[in-house]
Amino acid sequence: MTAPLLQVRDLKVHFKLRRGVGEKGGVVKAVDGISFDLEAGKTLALVGESGCGKSTTAYAVIGMERATSGAILFDGRDITHSEGADRAALARDIQIVFQDPSAALDPKMSIADSIAEPMAIAGWPRGDRKKRVAELLDRVGLPATLADRLPSALSGGQRQRVVIARALALSPRLLVLDEPVSALDVSIRSQVLNLLIELQRDLGLAYLFISHDLSVVRHIADEALVLYLGTVAERGPIDALFENPVHPYSQALLSAIPLPDPRAQRERTKIILTGDLPSPLSPPSGCPFVTRCPIKVERCAAARPSLAQTMSGTAAACFLRAGEHVPV
Amino acid sequence: MSAGAPVLAIDDLVVEIAGNRIVDGVSLSVERGRIRAIVGESGCGKSLTALSILGLLPRAAKVAAGSIRLGARELTGLDEAALAQVRGNEATIIFQEPIASLNPLMRVGAQVAEALILHRGLTMAAAREQAIDMMARVGIPDPARRAMQYPFELSGGMCQRIMIASALICRPSLLIADEPTTALDVTIQAQILELMRTLRREVGAAIVLITHDMGVVADLADDVCVMYGGRIVESGPVDAIFAAPRHPYTRLLLATIPKLDGARKTALRTIEGMVPSAGAWPDGCRFRTRCPLADGDCARVPPLSAVAAGHEAACWHVDRAEALA
Repeated sequence: MTAPLLQVRDLKVHFKLRRGVGEKGGVVKAVDGISFDLEAGKTLALVGESGCGKSTTAYAVIGMERATSGAILFDGRDITHSEGADRAALARDIQIVFQDPSAALDPKMSIADSIAEPMAIAGWPRGDRKKRVAELLDRVGLPATLADRLPSALSGGQRQRVVIARALALSPRLLVLDEPVSALDVSIRSQVLNLLIELQRDLGLAYLFISHDLSVVRHIADEALVLYLGTVAERGPIDALFENPVHPYSQALLSAIPLPDPRAQRERTKIILTGDLPSPLSPPSGCPFVTRCPIKVERCAAARPSLAQTMSGTAAACFLRAGEHVPV
Repeated sequence: MSAGAPVLAIDDLVVEIAGNRIVDGVSLSVERGRIRAIVGESGCGKSLTALSILGLLPRAAKVAAGSIRLGARELTGLDEAALAQVRGNEATIIFQEPIASLNPLMRVGAQVAEALILHRGLTMAAAREQAIDMMARVGIPDPARRAMQYPFELSGGMCQRIMIASALICRPSLLIADEPTTALDVTIQAQILELMRTLRREVGAAIVLITHDMGVVADLADDVCVMYGGRIVESGPVDAIFAAPRHPYTRLLLATIPKLDGARKTALRTIEGMVPSAGAWPDGCRFRTRCPLADGDCARVPPLSAVAAGHEAACWHVDRAEALA
């Protein structure tokens, strides 16, 4: 077996806060010990609510945030502290697509120029760029006639296709997709999801997929990490995670998605958590979920549970729901 | 529950921006204790319909025709002073961004109490007491202490509870909720949906729920209007609309959403093309440029017609919609 394309080992990204007048300062542990593997051609989803660290993890992978500790390996090579020319070279292999395509495109640059920009930076001759742009437009399902238009002439769905085409320009192996369909209208979302599935199948791309929309995650991902306050609450294959979530947070999160089916929605048991997400500035001691957990016991406030194998095939960080004697 | 005359009755409402009919002939009604969702994608006219009820349309837009009745009273044509008497009193509205809706420089308790002082002439002390009661009812822990805090000290979910408390403090007969949970995290959304369900039973107000999320509609609404291109294309009880949608747009829209029990990594149903921008709609049925069933008939505007008890669809081909998805 070859090594996974992307390996993340005990990643921590901490931010020091500067002290303002009358403020205490402190450290935000945005990502606090996350590990996962992503194989070529597969999709791993990071799910969770605001402040869970899903975007920070992704930004650390592409080098937009600096890891405080831990390691990120791409194709077996440690890229945790890659900078400068080294990091620029990685851009051929790792690309990112953001949520809002309107913000990701230069409004004064033609579609063709936007898509060609990574090739220009990589020093491709003009003729090759032009040919590749035509290929890419076709690949993402856009008519060649759009090449000379400005982003303002395109719909949101078309703009996201342009952003995807640009990300594909240098034939990357890993795409980080940060809420790629969240800003799109419902009737357009499925078009873009279908495109992503097709591209993965045809090009063997690996996706690190960030989304708060769990029905989208279930559809596109092979595996998922449920994050809470910078730590992994549960991880596992999609089927196991969606059919038999074990961690009380995963269970609550899944039961909180309203299903587009009134009858099913009335009949299902809903777990409604009390309280708010704690501030990442002052996380609870012990298990990060302890302040909202419906099944907590005394020891949960005393120590942080580590991930352990569960009966349903996932790994969960919970003293009560996973046998902590089988650490993973 | 649905006894008597509707609390809100909108009849043939037309809202125009620069001569374009952005809302084109919308009619709907909501009874006491019922929740009527208006669902659709961006630009479908759902928010403008909601804003027009309380005279809150942006400057460029105006109600060009139609009637909006709150109980026995006609709201269109009321002047600003008369509308100010209605707003926050008989009819209230909450928005997507609770933090943006609250005054950042005013304690939240005072913002909840404000309508009582304004509309009921209560003293600050009496209003404060009622405000704290209402804050407790919307699930704010330690309301007396929270009342003294500013919006920035509260979470998004708590701010939305404050908005709901201030919207309900005068016991309005109508509450308009414009994407009330869209900006919230999913576990907080679940709390607010649960709260709205409880309050609906207790308060008995008629609720208009504006959303783009079919899950939220299924969770909370009794009845739903599906809008496309400024018109209602389908309307009826939620159970009927979700179980047997008859308009091709509703049918396809529901089919594009990945199901939690569907096959994974397969091609999802799509709707061709894009949502046309306002004013760029085709003549006749506005969905016809994207509709797989469209033919020559669709050049004429299809009327909203009954397809079952209480269930209406605006399509010349309702009988063939079932074959779509």
